[in-house]
Amino acid sequence: MTLIADASLSQPLSRPILAARDVNKYYGDDRAPVLDKVNVELRDGEFIALLGPSGSGKSTLLRIMAGLMRPSAGAVVSHGQSLDGANTQVAMVFQSFALFPWLTVLQNVELGLVANGVEEAERRARALKAIDLIGLGGYEEAFPKELSGGMKQRVGFARALVVQPEVLFMDEPFSALDVLTGESLRAELQELWTTRAIPTRAVLMVTHSIEEAVSMADRILVFGANPGHVRIELRGLPVAERARKSAARQHLVDTIYRIMTNPNEDAVAIAERRPALPGRRPERHRRYQVLPDVGIDDLTGFVQYLSTIGERANVHDLARDLQLRVDDVLAIVEASDLLGFADLQDRAVVLTDVGRRFADADLDEEKALFRTHALAHVALLRHVVRELDAAPSHTVDADRVVEDLEDAFSSEEARRQFETVVDWGRYAELFAYDDSSGELSLDEETGRGAAHDLRDHAMIDRTDAENDLT
Amino acid sequence: MTQPLPIPIRPTGASGSTSRRGETSVRSAPWWVDAILLLALAALAYGVAKAASRWSTPLAPNVQIDLSPWLLPTYAGLSTLRMATAYLVSLIFALVYARAAASSRGAERVMMPVLDILQSIPILSFMPGVVLGLAALFPGRTLGLELAAILLIFTSQAWNLAFSFHQSLITIPQELDEAATIYRLKGWRRFTRLELPFGMIPLITNSMMSWAGGWFFLTAAEQFSLGAEHLRLPGLGSYLAGAAEHGDARALTLGILTLVVVIVLLDQLLWRPLIAWSDKFKFEQSGTEAPTSAVLDAIVQSAVVEWVVHTTRRFGGRVGRLLRRNSSSSPQAPRGQWPAWIHLAPNIVSGALFAVAILWGGVAAFHTVAGLSASTWSLIGISAAATLGRTVISLIVALWTVPVGVAIGMNPRWSKRMQPIVQVIASIPATAVFPAFVGALIGVSGGLNIAAILLMVLGTQWYVLFNVIAGAMAIPSDLNDAAVNYNIGGWRRWRTLILPAIFPYLVTGMITATGGAWNASIVSEYVLFAGRQISTVGLGAVIARAADQGQFALLLAATLVMAAIVITVNRVAWRRLYRLAESRYRLG
Repeated sequence: MTLIADASLSQPLSRPILAARDVNKYYGDDRAPVLDKVNVELRDGEFIALLGPSGSGKSTLLRIMAGLMRPSAGAVVSHGQSLDGANTQVAMVFQSFALFPWLTVLQNVELGLVANGVEEAERRARALKAIDLIGLGGYEEAFPKELSGGMKQRVGFARALVVQPEVLFMDEPFSALDVLTGESLRAELQELWTTRAIPTRAVLMVTHSIEEAVSMADRILVFGANPGHVRIELRGLPVAERARKSAARQHLVDTIYRIMTNPNEDAVAIAERRPALPGRRPERHRRYQVLPDVGIDDLTGFVQYLSTIGERANVHDLARDLQLRVDDVLAIVEASDLLGFADLQDRAVVLTDVGRRFADADLDEEKALFRTHALAHVALLRHVVRELDAAPSHTVDADRVVEDLEDAFSSEEARRQFETVVDWGRYAELFAYDDSSGELSLDEETGRGAAHDLRDHAMIDRTDAENDLT
Repeated sequence: MTQPLPIPIRPTGASGSTSRRGETSVRSAPWWVDAILLLALAALAYGVAKAASRWSTPLAPNVQIDLSPWLLPTYAGLSTLRMATAYLVSLIFALVYARAAASSRGAERVMMPVLDILQSIPILSFMPGVVLGLAALFPGRTLGLELAAILLIFTSQAWNLAFSFHQSLITIPQELDEAATIYRLKGWRRFTRLELPFGMIPLITNSMMSWAGGWFFLTAAEQFSLGAEHLRLPGLGSYLAGAAEHGDARALTLGILTLVVVIVLLDQLLWRPLIAWSDKFKFEQSGTEAPTSAVLDAIVQSAVVEWVVHTTRRFGGRVGRLLRRNSSSSPQAPRGQWPAWIHLAPNIVSGALFAVAILWGGVAAFHTVAGLSASTWSLIGISAAATLGRTVISLIVALWTVPVGVAIGMNPRWSKRMQPIVQVIASIPATAVFPAFVGALIGVSGGLNIAAILLMVLGTQWYVLFNVIAGAMAIPSDLNDAAVNYNIGGWRRWRTLILPAIFPYLVTGMITATGGAWNASIVSEYVLFAGRQISTVGLGAVIARAADQGQFALLLAATLVMAAIVITVNRVAWRRLYRLAESRYRLG
């Protein structure tokens, strides 16, 4: 059974009601696109989930398809016509609810109808109906600040559904809610959708939760980051098998985890459970090593935790036990893997010998180990140390490093990576950073020593040469 | 499907019975509240009509202000009307200007610096030209003078409103903005449902500040001396000026008292209720204590107000429909039919006109000023230095507000009680009390010098005080606890915690205070008291004397020098300090 969505197997190819074709998005003078040639099609009766780590551009794509932003290249096609301006067939539910604090629940729900020129009496009637439908009857005159998070999001749903949109967009609608409220709302939404209680014909949901995507979607698009692109399109489970703990569900969840924990590998090969053919490159590969967005405390804490629970853990379980989002767990795991403290085998994370020593070490030894391994594996760190070594008086302006990064990444991502490398470099006592002057300066003892080593031994990166930044 | 059980939270909203779903009836107010409001409306209508009829009366040169105390209520009413008109004009200007500036990056880059410069120019020096021009427009009628007065007050009220609204517009949270776009709120609807509510709270606080600024210039706005002619408008400002001229202490005291009463009334009947009402526009969803106002509660429940609100809404709807019909589509939906450059055409044309106007004005100004002799320029230079010295001294003197402000701000009980009181005191214009200083110091040598400094201090220390209080209130309590815990007391606590924490606020206060001080110099360095002309060395004196004696070239030169100094000091000193404050000393 193949998981990969294949149009020819499903119903005869109906015309998509909304589609993104070859969408590219650049920000400002960024040389690296946030979205790179993305194609998404939405057909009648479909519920599609966009899944991916942060920075993969899924929210940006959602906004482009909603007409809130213009693509830098490519087009959004709605009913065969290119989109120009806000998309009138779409209503959107926002992650942080986006309710107007000075309007009552009723007035917030009526908002979309106001713009459509609906008369006051009919507006009220339709709004009241939508409020009842979503379970907020009795709260019409309340103000948003009196409501809990779940109720606020209900208002968000009511506001979207009252205009009877053709397509419903949802941007991580349950991520700001606590687990129980999110479950409740999710179940209700699904009921409304499957029983066709609402005239909406298609739903597009951005999420970072694999469980959510698997529970709700007919088709799942897994995104990759830097640049944002669709790695694979997976067919969702039939409705009957979406209940918890079915074998099919477990298999799908597994596959997606496997795909997401191996961001550099060919997703199709992973889904088909076969090794990638040697010499065949994944369709898009990262030309530059990306430093995962992980702080030192998270990293050291994770290695410590792993050693305490038996040196081995399942990524799925880690996310659940540490109460972290999937992208955060993946980032920490990736960072540990990068430094050689842990190994990613299939879906399990296994502590290495070095990791064990790191967990048992005292502070000085910990720093020394970190320093050695970070210099060995993190190209960006080596780059910064070399720059500092070569510079007069061993100081470098931060902006220069960020500019170098902007050659390959969007400026936001470049800034983020810079902050991470500063965090790691400071911990390793390789250099210091003065925020007010924006200057990096090489550490007198350890920094100079490390630079000296780099110069003498010309350390070769143990990962692929093509991943080197310099 | 099981019925969802949302966590029960009783909505407070409007109490009272719910007749039909979606319509709550408000508990109605006692009949006498309605009666009072109706009476007030009628009185207002009568007052406006009477004042309007006055405007078409012929212009009487050398009008003498009657110093009889019985006329004080009338004068107070007239002055308030002038202030209110100027305020409405300022508000509309601010809303339109800020909206236009926020609509495109190019517009913002031009319009905001222009606003900055306008804010720095001492308005009082342009008065003679403005008055002459308007008097010429309405020959022989008081209307010209009234418009000049309103315009003058406008220039003291409009800028900070525009800045504040612009700031609100560019900080609208992204998701609210997107929701408004998705649900297709455009133009007028977007303005009334998103932009205006979001900026409401800062607009109200800035309106209070604007009124305070307006009162400050009242004495200057209601009388104009052009050479031999003394033109006066009936009002509190000219009453106070007349009392000072005649050295009539009793009239002066009564005048000041009336002014204080008016300010307190406005505070209780207008500002307090507005602040309480504006709580519903607060964007952060924290549960901080909401301000209350008994007057607001009474008003909200009145049937008269309900009718007014209903009519306004209908009117607003009609305006909205009108605007939608006339305007082309909003910025959100770009048109496909027209070529792109057509949209830029109005921008290009207005930009070109603007450039031409500036060039022509600049050349004309240059010619006028070029004729001045070197000795005149050196006089200007020395005077500028003198006034600069005075402003620096006044800023240093104003530093007394720092320990007081910190004491008030860090004590929650005091700050709650003191804030409204301080706000009222700050609204009382120092210019009203100034003649008293002059009278007291007139015998002392160098007396006017001291009086001028006092005026500057009085006029501007409130800005510093407010900001220091706000800064002290913002110090997180756990930082203070840590200081206590680690036994950091006295001067060291000031150095390591308090001063750095209030630094950004202090800088903001100082920036506003400097501008005010320069403006104050024009009215304080050259005065007419008890029939005598007294003056001291200073740029303000140069300007005022040149205006008085009709020496336009000197007036222009001195004004330009003052504007240049203010703008330079602003950019060089204050901007730097502000940037430092923002980056290093911001808490969180």
